[in-house]
Amino acid sequence: MTDDTKTIDINAVSIDPTAAEMLEIAIAEEIPTVFSRAAAMKPCPIGAEGACCKLCAMGPCRISGKDKEFKRGVCGATIETIAARNFARQVVAGAAAHSDHGRDVALMMKAIAEGEIEGGTIKDEIKLAKVAGYFGIEPTGKDVMTLAGEVADAALAQFGQQTGELAFVGRAVPKRQDLWRKLGVAPRGIDREVVQTLHQTAPGNDQNVENLMDAAVRTALGSGWGGSMIATDLQDIIFGTPEPVRSAANLGVLKDDEVNILIHGHEPLLSSMIVEAAQLPEMKELAVKMGAKGINIAGICCTANEALMRQGVPPAGNMLHQELAVLTGAVEAMVVDVQCIFQGLAEAAKHFHTLLVSTSEKAKVGENGMHITVDEHHPLAAAKDIVRQAVENYANRGETHIPTASTPLVAGFSHEYIRYMLGGKMRASFRPLNDNIINGRIRGLAAVVGCSNPRVVQDYGVVNVVRELIANNVLVVVTGCAAITSGKHGLLAPETMEFAGDGLKEVCETVGIPPVLHVGSCVDNTRILTILTEVVQEGGLGEDINDLPAIGISPEWFSEKALEIAAYAVGSGASVIFGGVGSPVSGSEHVVKYMEDTWMERYGAGFFFIEEPQDIVVKSLDLIDSKRAALKIDVPQERVLFDMDMRREISV
Amino acid sequence: MSRIIASAAIRGAHTWVERAEKKLAELKESVGADHAVEFPNTAYYLPVIYGLTGEKVEKLSDMDKVLSYARDLLPEVPSEKLWLPYLGPTLDSGVATLFAEECLEAMKYIDGSPVDGIWLGAADDVIMRARGVEFVDGSAPGFAAVVGAAPDNATAVKLAREMQEKMLYVFMGGHDGGTSFAEQLDAEGVQLGWDTRLVPFGTEVSSQIYSLGFATRAAMAFGGVQPGDFERILKYNKMRIFAFVLAMGEVTDEWYATAAGAISYGFPTISTSDIPQILPTGVCTYEHVVSNVSCDELVQRAIEVRGLKIKVAEVPVPVSYGPAFEGERVRKEDTFVEAGGQKTTAFEWVRMLDATEVTDNKIEVVGPEIDELEEGARVPLAIVVDIAGRKMQQDFESVIERQFHHLINFAEGVLHMGQRDLIWLRISKAAKDKGFKFHHLGDILHAKLLDEFDAIVDKVQVTVYTDEAKVEEMLAKARLSYAHRDERMAGLTDDTVDVFYSCTLCQSFAPTHICVVTPERLGLCGAYNWLDAKASNELNPAGPNAPIEKGELINASTGEWAGVNSFIAEKSGGAVQQMTCYSLMENPMTSCGCFMAIIALLPMCNGVMIVNREYAGMTPSGMKFSTLAGMVGGGVQAPGFMGIGRGYIASKKFMSAEGGLARIVWMPKELKDAMASSLAPRIEELGIPNFLDMIADESVGESEDAVLEFLTAQGHPALTMDPLF
Repeated sequence: MTDDTKTIDINAVSIDPTAAEMLEIAIAEEIPTVFSRAAAMKPCPIGAEGACCKLCAMGPCRISGKDKEFKRGVCGATIETIAARNFARQVVAGAAAHSDHGRDVALMMKAIAEGEIEGGTIKDEIKLAKVAGYFGIEPTGKDVMTLAGEVADAALAQFGQQTGELAFVGRAVPKRQDLWRKLGVAPRGIDREVVQTLHQTAPGNDQNVENLMDAAVRTALGSGWGGSMIATDLQDIIFGTPEPVRSAANLGVLKDDEVNILIHGHEPLLSSMIVEAAQLPEMKELAVKMGAKGINIAGICCTANEALMRQGVPPAGNMLHQELAVLTGAVEAMVVDVQCIFQGLAEAAKHFHTLLVSTSEKAKVGENGMHITVDEHHPLAAAKDIVRQAVENYANRGETHIPTASTPLVAGFSHEYIRYMLGGKMRASFRPLNDNIINGRIRGLAAVVGCSNPRVVQDYGVVNVVRELIANNVLVVVTGCAAITSGKHGLLAPETMEFAGDGLKEVCETVGIPPVLHVGSCVDNTRILTILTEVVQEGGLGEDINDLPAIGISPEWFSEKALEIAAYAVGSGASVIFGGVGSPVSGSEHVVKYMEDTWMERYGAGFFFIEEPQDIVVKSLDLIDSKRAALKIDVPQERVLFDMDMRREISV
Repeated sequence: MSRIIASAAIRGAHTWVERAEKKLAELKESVGADHAVEFPNTAYYLPVIYGLTGEKVEKLSDMDKVLSYARDLLPEVPSEKLWLPYLGPTLDSGVATLFAEECLEAMKYIDGSPVDGIWLGAADDVIMRARGVEFVDGSAPGFAAVVGAAPDNATAVKLAREMQEKMLYVFMGGHDGGTSFAEQLDAEGVQLGWDTRLVPFGTEVSSQIYSLGFATRAAMAFGGVQPGDFERILKYNKMRIFAFVLAMGEVTDEWYATAAGAISYGFPTISTSDIPQILPTGVCTYEHVVSNVSCDELVQRAIEVRGLKIKVAEVPVPVSYGPAFEGERVRKEDTFVEAGGQKTTAFEWVRMLDATEVTDNKIEVVGPEIDELEEGARVPLAIVVDIAGRKMQQDFESVIERQFHHLINFAEGVLHMGQRDLIWLRISKAAKDKGFKFHHLGDILHAKLLDEFDAIVDKVQVTVYTDEAKVEEMLAKARLSYAHRDERMAGLTDDTVDVFYSCTLCQSFAPTHICVVTPERLGLCGAYNWLDAKASNELNPAGPNAPIEKGELINASTGEWAGVNSFIAEKSGGAVQQMTCYSLMENPMTSCGCFMAIIALLPMCNGVMIVNREYAGMTPSGMKFSTLAGMVGGGVQAPGFMGIGRGYIASKKFMSAEGGLARIVWMPKELKDAMASSLAPRIEELGIPNFLDMIADESVGESEDAVLEFLTAQGHPALTMDPLF
């Protein structure tokens, strides 16, 4: 194992110079990292193309090689069935992760409403009333906690619902709802779709590619318009709907003379309490007593995004930075909740004084790590306990090496804020966005989302795709690790408008925004569904999301959750391109084509795998331009001057 | 570089709010917090604040809440680096500015008066409603809010004339280094005021709040938008009020702040100075700020930026021409020649002739031309217009003839009053000096009639007679024709025609209202009668006047027809299912906002009062016209209250469902006097010769009790009629 640390070219794994800086330490100290392990372990070629079926003990079977279309698994399964089944199972796993996150948020809101959570409050009452409306709950005349309880109950019921449709299906544009009903993919219940698709993909079950792929989409929609959307909305209600904040990103946000606590994972509850606890005078006093100047909280991954958007907590890095952060020797505690937490983190932490604290019953991390099962009714007490231990751990700190890199950024563009920023409190709407798409200043919209992946050069894909898109007047929104990557490389600062094309720059200048908007964590990709829906509803750009010049891109994906997000994006009408590594169904040409072409016919959107950033940009612009042509906005729009007859025809 | 604009506007907004807070504190100290605050004669309180927040500011202390709301809207000035989005906050600061400015202007009415010299201050509801008609029918396509001053007086006059010719209202407020556009015009002897569409509000830019107050009230009065529904009020303005700001001079922080407020209404700013631009669209229909525009291009550019199309027919006359000159006066001492006005014989007459008898564009002056006359001359005058057209009808003669008044009046330096053989014409010395001749009267009518009545009129020839013998000869013929028309009109009743006409002319402003125009009930704005609507339908079959087949008569006394009901139900999108033509109480006709008068129930008197919009006093209903108007407008049926055209009062069908004329128990004296002659035949039919004297007016009192006492003493018939409800 230790040899592996020497096999990597530290300057080639990332375009972020802090990676090389920290990997020097890793090599010197012989500490393995995700980068060295990736170099040592080549991906399994059979699994990579979705050609391995290990569903039953008659196998595992692998269908690969030149004559694979004639090969069969022991049960007779074809490569098409195996690839589609594997894909559907990946989507199910991603949906389960996001939706289960949503369930926890709903349970939390229920507990807050019942007064069971110490210090638990409802921050956004306006959004509570709005979301109540989606569930058909009358908000007027109810006190906040009663309403919160009713909304939480309604949200929780969505998970166990067996028939009918999820409530949030009604938030989609009517044409899309009709399409889902026609294709039979309108999700019935969040958990039901997950369970049914697992059943459907079990050995000896569904052998029809179309049926399997529809099941994948239906399950993903159950997350996108169900569990994930519940997570986003209820988190906003509980913790506040984000508005732009200033912060900075990269390892340089760690402080040499303060206690550093890193929060990592995907949930906002405990992390927000840790931020709160760290601000208590008693904790500050303790820190000073320990010789530190204060307590510094920074984040990794999507917990970082949640804390960034609502509390301005700086992200220390994206997913691939989790071990590198520990290597600074300056982290007193790394507090993790769920998802994307490397087991290697525990090993890295062992080399330093860093306390690795895992806090979720769903993710016990580290053999010798300290696991605290947080008493969900007393999260602040748990947070105080963690902060205290971190502060006390400051005494154990050895030599530190904190890179100086830290780049200023602006984050926190919820769809509610986007409406506001385009018209102020009294004229809030998406109209200016639509107008400037129609008039061509903005060529299209792109969501650059998802992960980092050590199989490709860290940050290279995201940064190049984003830079090229904005130079081509495409307004970019980012979430998840792609958002942190964008922040690290200066793309989230408003000054970045200088690198945008003339039209986009003009819009950025008018509104005061960067050309790349940080809209949230990965579960917050549902915000993008809402944005696209509202853009359609605002008018002038077609009748459904698939009419919009919009595209989703994940240049450095790695997770099942990314596949699930892609599936609900396509199901909702937005084409998706994944970059970096190849398609997980590349073993079956039929399934590859099915995602590209048949989905395009069925959903108006396709799913493409294109490895190189430059090629991704070319394909994205092609797709955007084809939509513009279909909308007949590919030519300069004539200025319409209104005479009296036309004015009489106007509807307010 | 809109960050510069955002920063300036936000700084300016802070200044405005601080200024208003300071002034409020001072005034509370000097006159007390309970001191009343109001703009003259309006039902909309401080209209911008009322419209956008629903708050009724009636006394000084009511401003506390408004200004604290304004303060809450004030954002931080954007930072130099890593700035947060500023467009939304800048628009908020614009709204905060408007609240502060409206408070400041209202406070001026307490410790002085903004009405001073040329400055007019707030526009009351009468002006708003009367001028509203022009905005509705397109004769005023929009308004320009002019801030600052032109580089010199001559340029100011040129710009003003250009806007007048384009039919725009020009609202002036704000100075540039002590000079203002309005003062420049005044110095050059240009007539200012609502009549010439050149309206000076005040020297400070804050007086432009009256422009926005006008626009805000339009949304409530005509659009039926509820106070406090800021989103719809602002959208209504963006979509329907075609206004823009012309900034001339150094753009200060305070100007920027005010402009930011205007942008929320969808009103862009076009500046002569070289300031940053905001070109991307969205809050306004097109650009938001366009700068460095030369005075030569200013008006045309502004019109394009606002997205406005103004149709101006070229009229070959040597003076300016446009509706803005309709209200201009030609004083006796400025007159070169006059005709009519009881001093000489003068008349105008349209006659329909066969195409073979009309030579298009043949314009002849029979008798002396202007240049053959002495200054101060009085001449006999006949304007005879011969029209031929395949779709021309005898009925349209009067419709076309009635256009002469405004068509001739539109010429700068020409005054026209009256109609038929009661006209009065003056041509000013200035117009004569510019080369205006009698011949040009013909040029105007030829050009405009062919333009406006193109579907009806194919050929127009005009003969202007100034030769006395010829004038008398033609007058005899014209009088025969007038008599013939009157006979025809008398025979034209609701019962003798099969179709009525809808009028949705005002749907650009009042999207939910539909007038039904019948021979015996003209449109409530008074501007369109059944023949006008018929002609309009010929002109433009898909236009605002559609024929309504009466269909089966449901109730003769209320005037309800099946065809009318189904038409109204369809066109109102089901909002109004049934509508009567002659009833106040049962499914009455809806109103837009430009009615000439309002009928309102007086329950104790068992009758109704009628108040004309010019009457500013209190009425026995306990409400002034302006307040009543708020209950009637916006396309809703309000039994017991109804907007009408004055002419309807003299109709045989007037409130026939409720017993007709005898129900009138109160009218302002000026309305009684104005209606006396046309009501005379109705009163004769009623058989109560002194009925007009039995109708109470303001001299009797403003309370219903006083009116009742008067009626009882007079033995007014309403008291013994069936109960109204």
